[in-house]
Amino acid sequence: MSSVHLNNIVKRFGNFTAVHPTDLTIPEGDFVTLLGPSGCGKTTNLRMIAGLLDPTEGEILIGGRRMNDVPIHKRNLGIVFQNYALFPHKTVAENVGFGLRYRDVPKSEVPGRVQAALDLVQLPDVGSRYPKALSGGQQQRIALARAIVIEPEVLLLDEPLSALDANLREDMRVELKRIQHQIGVTTVFVTHDQSEALAMSDRIVVMSAGRVEQVGTPEEVYNTPASTFVANFLGASNILPARCIGRDPDKIRLQVPQFGVVPVPGERAPGVGEGAAKLVLRAEKLTLLGDGADATGLITAQATVETVDYQGQTVRYFVRLGDTPLQAINMIDTRPFAAGSTVTIGFRPQDCAALQGE
Amino acid sequence: MSVEAREARQPWILLSPALGAVTLLLFVPLLFILVYSFWLRTATGADLAGFYLDNWQEALSDPFYRDILLGTLRIAAITTLVCALMGYPAAYFIARSRGNKAILLLLLMLPFWISYIIRTMSWINILGVSGGLNTFLIAVGLVDEPIQMLYNQTTVILGLVHFLLPFMVLNIYVSLEGIDTNLEDAANSLGATRWQSFLQVTLPLSLPGLAAGGLLCFVLGAGTYITPLVLGGPRDAMFANLVFEAIITQLNWPLGSALSLMLLVVLGALVLIYNRYLGMAQLMKGLG
Repeated sequence: MSSVHLNNIVKRFGNFTAVHPTDLTIPEGDFVTLLGPSGCGKTTNLRMIAGLLDPTEGEILIGGRRMNDVPIHKRNLGIVFQNYALFPHKTVAENVGFGLRYRDVPKSEVPGRVQAALDLVQLPDVGSRYPKALSGGQQQRIALARAIVIEPEVLLLDEPLSALDANLREDMRVELKRIQHQIGVTTVFVTHDQSEALAMSDRIVVMSAGRVEQVGTPEEVYNTPASTFVANFLGASNILPARCIGRDPDKIRLQVPQFGVVPVPGERAPGVGEGAAKLVLRAEKLTLLGDGADATGLITAQATVETVDYQGQTVRYFVRLGDTPLQAINMIDTRPFAAGSTVTIGFRPQDCAALQGE
Repeated sequence: MSVEAREARQPWILLSPALGAVTLLLFVPLLFILVYSFWLRTATGADLAGFYLDNWQEALSDPFYRDILLGTLRIAAITTLVCALMGYPAAYFIARSRGNKAILLLLLMLPFWISYIIRTMSWINILGVSGGLNTFLIAVGLVDEPIQMLYNQTTVILGLVHFLLPFMVLNIYVSLEGIDTNLEDAANSLGATRWQSFLQVTLPLSLPGLAAGGLLCFVLGAGTYITPLVLGGPRDAMFANLVFEAIITQLNWPLGSALSLMLLVVLGALVLIYNRYLGMAQLMKGLG
């Protein structure tokens, strides 16, 4: 188990810069997710840590040791690939035991350690089968067992859940987190799926176009996005232009054309000074209010429902407030509001965040 | 007619032109040859129709035929081995190269655009007494007299390798292309060096392609008569040369038929063994 440091890492492919200068620290034992859309450089970073790509500039340290010139087979990392990459001509036990052949593990210990790894991923009885005989989710577990049986310093997961179907993905999410917690290995997880990132990570690194946009706990990146990109990538947000008209000890006051003055908690508006600003209002925090609903403490306005996207437990409304389109995602107990109806919309100012600038 | 019956008929309608061609051009002539092999060639040069076992008795009991058959299989085996050793690195290089794969494959196919006979004859211009290599050696003063390099078993194998190498490379290439490159990365990440992961992962997974290429090289090599005719000496005749000799030179169709069926049975048995253990699907992949 080791920490990982990227010091001023750059990766260029010809004229294309996949990763702009990046500094990143992944503390020992943490589960850190690199989150971003495809092409944001998250996989490139993972492959550089793995040793599958050489950085153009900068240093990679694992456990304090410079890794740039250490070939992949000497790095002692566990990698789980998106397509599992199990050896089709070897049995499950041979797959899991593969990494032990190249380590100083006495032959007599190998079956025991393979079995322990299979127990850990809750597939104790498949050792003699071939990967083809297993389902996708089972293959993924075997790939995980193969990566952790060598007791790697760092576990690298390259979109390991994206090939699974939705239900299985959620099960594996819980399972993966349980196993990581149990063995306590430093883990770098790459995904484009924000709910995976929020559910599993100790810390999330949000990336866009080869740059790190924000690093923080799931709560931090969700509640206090550092940029418009982060606000939009993690869930749906309404971003409204505003002016900061004053700063109290614990609040800043934003003048928003559509809603008047909105007092945003100071800790959710880091670095916002007087002048141009943006109000970040999450779609989940904007509520459509029925007749007689209690609006105490809410900032409200009248709006028209344009489109209703019914999803069973929740419903997504597209409403129009004057000229401004807004999104709201609400839980429903009875029936959703109808398209075309005029409703009161409201939100609590303490649920908002603010960003500096236009 | 019911839908089921119509659907059941459809494949046969589509297959009929090909089946007709194969029946007319392959099975019927083969049947003729089978019948011919039981006829008898008389001293007067006429063929005696009937059921005589004389040709078969001669073909199966005369050690002359047996020795040449074994020699033929030996040459085909050596050729196959050389093709595998030379072809595998080439196929690996093409499969792993990035941008210029199409050009490399085109270069591999290029020799097929020139007649096999011309390609074989070209070795005379290179290795012959007044060929390129001898001219060069004399010019630089390494030898005074031209060396006799042609017309021996080595040049026969050389010609066969030249002819068959692309088949081997293509077959290995196809199976290498089908291997997920993540597998080697995974093996490396688990601690295997590049050479170890090649031996543990890539090589075993490409064996079907190697076997398919091997089968093609062996069967085509063992059945050739042009290469030994052009590049071999009088003692380098291969089995197909005996068939050629019997039918074209001696006009002894019955004996030639028996001999050609003998070779067919030996090579056919080999194909069946291959099919039993590896299946024909791999061979089709390599040809397609």
